[in-house]
Parts: sequence; C-alpha cells; structure tokens
Amino acid sequence: MHGYANPARFLKIARPATGWLLGIGVLLLLAGFYGGLAVTPPDYLQGETVRILYIHVPAAWLGMAGWASIAAASISQLVWRHPLAVVAGRAIAPAGATFAALCLATGSIWGRPTWGTWWEWDGRLTSMLILFFLYLGYIALAAAERERGGEGRMAALFGLVGAVNLPIIHYSVLWWRTLHQGQSISISEGSSIAPELLWPLPLTMFGFTAIFAAVVLMRMRAELARQKMEARLRRSAAE
Amino acid sequence: MNQWAFVFAAYGVVGLATLGLVSWAWLSMRGAEADAEAAKRRL
Repeated sequence: MHGYANPARFLKIARPATGWLLGIGVLLLLAGFYGGLAVTPPDYLQGETVRILYIHVPAAWLGMAGWASIAAASISQLVWRHPLAVVAGRAIAPAGATFAALCLATGSIWGRPTWGTWWEWDGRLTSMLILFFLYLGYIALAAAERERGGEGRMAALFGLVGAVNLPIIHYSVLWWRTLHQGQSISISEGSSIAPELLWPLPLTMFGFTAIFAAVVLMRMRAELARQKMEARLRRSAAE
Repeated sequence: MNQWAFVFAAYGVVGLATLGLVSWAWLSMRGAEADAEAAKRRL
C-alpha cells in the first residue's frame, strides 16, 4: 500500500484504471439487467418483484463496503499517515451515501408489494438509515475540516466510530426478527436462492462495484488535481 | 397491483442515480484536471 503513497505513482495507475472499470462495469450491468429482467423466471411467492433483488443487494453491499473502506482509510490515516487516505475517505463518502440511499429506496419500493408497507422501523431498515445519516455527517465533517485547512483527523475518527454500525446492520436480522428476511447468501452455508434466480446477481454485484471503484478514482483524481493547483497558487503567491 | 411498475420504478431510480453519480464524478474530475493544467501553464 505504501508503494502507492506517492500521488504521481497512484495517478499513473488510476488514469487508465478509471476507463477500464467504467467499461467493465457497464458491460456487466447490461448483462445482469438483461438476465434479471428478461431471462430469469418470476418467483413462486413474490412474482416479478423478485427482480429488484439484482439492484437492492448490490446497493446494500456497496453502502456497507463503502463505510468499511472509509474505516480502513481512517486507520491508514491515523496510524501510518498515508497521504492518500484522507483523499480516499473524502472520495468514497458521496458514492457510499448514494448506494446506501439506493438500498433504502429500492427496499422501500420492494416492500410495498411484498410486505404491504413502504417503511417499517425494523432493525435492518433502521440501521441502514442510520448508516445513510452517518455518511451525511462524515461528508459535512470532512468538508468543514477541508475548509479550515485541517488534516481530516476528526472525520477519520468519525469514520472509525461509525464502523460500529456495520456489524449491527449485518446481525440485525438475527437480533430483531421483524419484517426483513434473514440472510439468503452466506459464505459458509451457500445460498438459499434458487440457482435459476441467482445467476444475474454476481453480474450486477461486480458491475456496480466496478462503477463504484471508478467513481472513487475519479473523485480522488479531482481532489489531487485541486490540491496540486492550490499548492501551485500558494507557491506562486509566496514568490 | 401491477408488479412490473414497482420493478421499473426501482430500476429507474437506480439507473438515474448511478448515471448522475458517474456524470458528477466525471465532470468534477475533468474540471479540476483542466483547472490544474491551466494553472500550470499560467504560473
């Protein structure tokens, strides 16, 4: 990781990677959407609404993975003072917030025909809503620190503390059995979803993840360009 | 209740939001890199 602490070395990789990730992401999403909307059969209980699975699950995964990445960047910043960690945290937050909001929105749209309600103060839904508010808090805090010329330590601490919510989201379906269904896919126990319904899910999971990564790289490139320009202006004013 | 209406609404929201996120990130990156390049030439 420290090999890429140099922004110039990072940009050398990030520039070509951005286009590749976007291209691969779009292709995987097109294939996944086609499979999910036109090829897979309707579910015997949920009917056609089961197709929302292919966008809801990736949105939930990226909402949570985004915050886990912010926590990792925070550790990297606080412990090793990695120069790109602050930039990475700031770049991840808007993308993570978007996918957390999309998880809530698609869950609500799915909930209406399935549960008969748009919203319920269920453990999983509420902890996911808290994650979305944590993102908003992180974005505001990071922006305020940047404005003041700070190093972003408060935002990093907030990123670490907020990670406590991740296991709560994960285990909420076990701790509070209300409306949201339990875990359908597990590394140890496999999947309880029928294979003919499951196969488009990895396509959309990897597709959205590639697009998420491309957005983060673009935001990091923008931030590094801004820092470079500000440093140049400061040097020029001092001369 | 037409189930497809819910499916298309969900895909529409996700499609628009993802497109908006990518466009915003792309435009802000291009803008910042162009400004940095212009400052490099000017100073």
